[in-house]
Amino acid sequence: MSGEVVGVWIGAILTLGIFSFLYKDNPFYKFSEALFVGVSAGYWFVVIFWQYFLPKLVDNLALAYTELVTNGRIDYHWIYLIGGFLGVLMLLRLFPKVGWLSRWSLAFVVGTTAGLQFTRYLQSNGIIQVKGTILPLFVGGNLNTTIGNIVIVVGTFCGLIYFYFSKEHKGAFGGAARVGIWFLMITFGALFGYTVMSRMSLLIGRLDYLFGEWLKLI
Amino acid sequence: MNQENSQEEKNFWEKLLSIDRRIIFLFIAVAVAVPLFFKVSMHIPVTPIVRGVYDAIEELPAGSKVLVSFDYDPGSMPELQPMAEAFFRHAFRKDLKVIIMGLWPQGPLQANMALEEVFKDEDIKAKNLQYSIDYVNLGFTAGNEVVIDRMGHSFEESYPKDGQGTPLSELPLMKGVKNYNNVDLIYSLSAGYPGTQEWVQYAVDVFHVKLAAGNTAVQAPAMYPYVQTGQLAGVLGGMKGGAEYETAIGKPGIAVRYMFSQAVAHAVICLFIIIGNLAFFSLKKKKRS
Repeated sequence: MSGEVVGVWIGAILTLGIFSFLYKDNPFYKFSEALFVGVSAGYWFVVIFWQYFLPKLVDNLALAYTELVTNGRIDYHWIYLIGGFLGVLMLLRLFPKVGWLSRWSLAFVVGTTAGLQFTRYLQSNGIIQVKGTILPLFVGGNLNTTIGNIVIVVGTFCGLIYFYFSKEHKGAFGGAARVGIWFLMITFGALFGYTVMSRMSLLIGRLDYLFGEWLKLI
Repeated sequence: MNQENSQEEKNFWEKLLSIDRRIIFLFIAVAVAVPLFFKVSMHIPVTPIVRGVYDAIEELPAGSKVLVSFDYDPGSMPELQPMAEAFFRHAFRKDLKVIIMGLWPQGPLQANMALEEVFKDEDIKAKNLQYSIDYVNLGFTAGNEVVIDRMGHSFEESYPKDGQGTPLSELPLMKGVKNYNNVDLIYSLSAGYPGTQEWVQYAVDVFHVKLAAGNTAVQAPAMYPYVQTGQLAGVLGGMKGGAEYETAIGKPGIAVRYMFSQAVAHAVICLFIIIGNLAFFSLKKKKRS
């Protein structure tokens, strides 16, 4: 029996183990779940060590050290010491007395991410999207575009009105808010439909694996 | 007599509402599994949003360079792997040069699996494609959106070497490729963060490069607004998008084969939704009366 066949059998048995939860909780499921969590943790540890820690920190500091020893020059690679130091601070969470120091690293991460994302989100998901809703309500000779544009403009406008809570939703304002709710519900319905499709795809993939690669019935 | 019938009918709906969920699971399992055994050719029309992806690749002249980012892992294979294989078939038939990279550690491995499958095709095999000349796999590098941003200035800053450890300067395909100005299209296959959204935010809106995408169905609705604003050329949404793309390139593959299962499963789900609603309103009526 080749290694590949053994792998397929292990994959199939563990898949059945996870599926067995659909009947009821059982030791076979618990074993498969624990194995999955354990293997994932181990896998990610190895990935982080080889793909992040070694190439991004150790290799760069080694370069800096070599440059210092051979040419006596302090080059920019030493800046990775800051990242390493912040990483060490993060690990201090394991020691309650000095655990608060990990907040510095977290503050750095949160601050940097906020700074990076603020401008990009504002541009890509704010300004450009607002611009995308400023559309002509009538496009001569093109009924599809006309209807599409009206739906986008009315949907956006009424959806925004629904989230405006400083004025009571009554009269024309209330009517627009109700239209907004309809647009939101249709959107949530579409999102739900896509989620169902996604989950069904995963199930199809697993069953194809069981009937095809494992049992060779397909 | 009428009252008795009515009582029986209501009991039926009540029973239906309290049905064991495992029976529903069984129905879904059968609905998904049984169609896998049949080869049913379904009519899959290509929607404009998928046509956008197809056209973006189709209009490139031979020799154009496409950067494809594999930002997913085996968990999303059923949805994204067919898109990856279809893309390689399309690109290689058109003699495009493909630069592969990944923002997810497993991404470049997914690319290798897709390549292995595509190289089995006779027409692709006949082209005798060479690594480093016709395609390269730069591998994975850590840094998420920062990698995208840095690549706008220099690919070499983020990827000094390819996935096999060869310096970029020694790869013939990478000669003259400094940044996004030197690629004709970016194709993002993504299952979450970092993925298509970050490519839009950090590559399209900053460096004005053309981007097409293939996403999981969960992610796809969030990407559609980018198509309307022109930030994306098109989106393949989930397995259905993959099936449409396979149809567009004229080479039906796994996604098309899976669509019959998908359709039957959806029909069963819709049936259960209708039955559930009928039962709900019937009981509501009973409570009122």
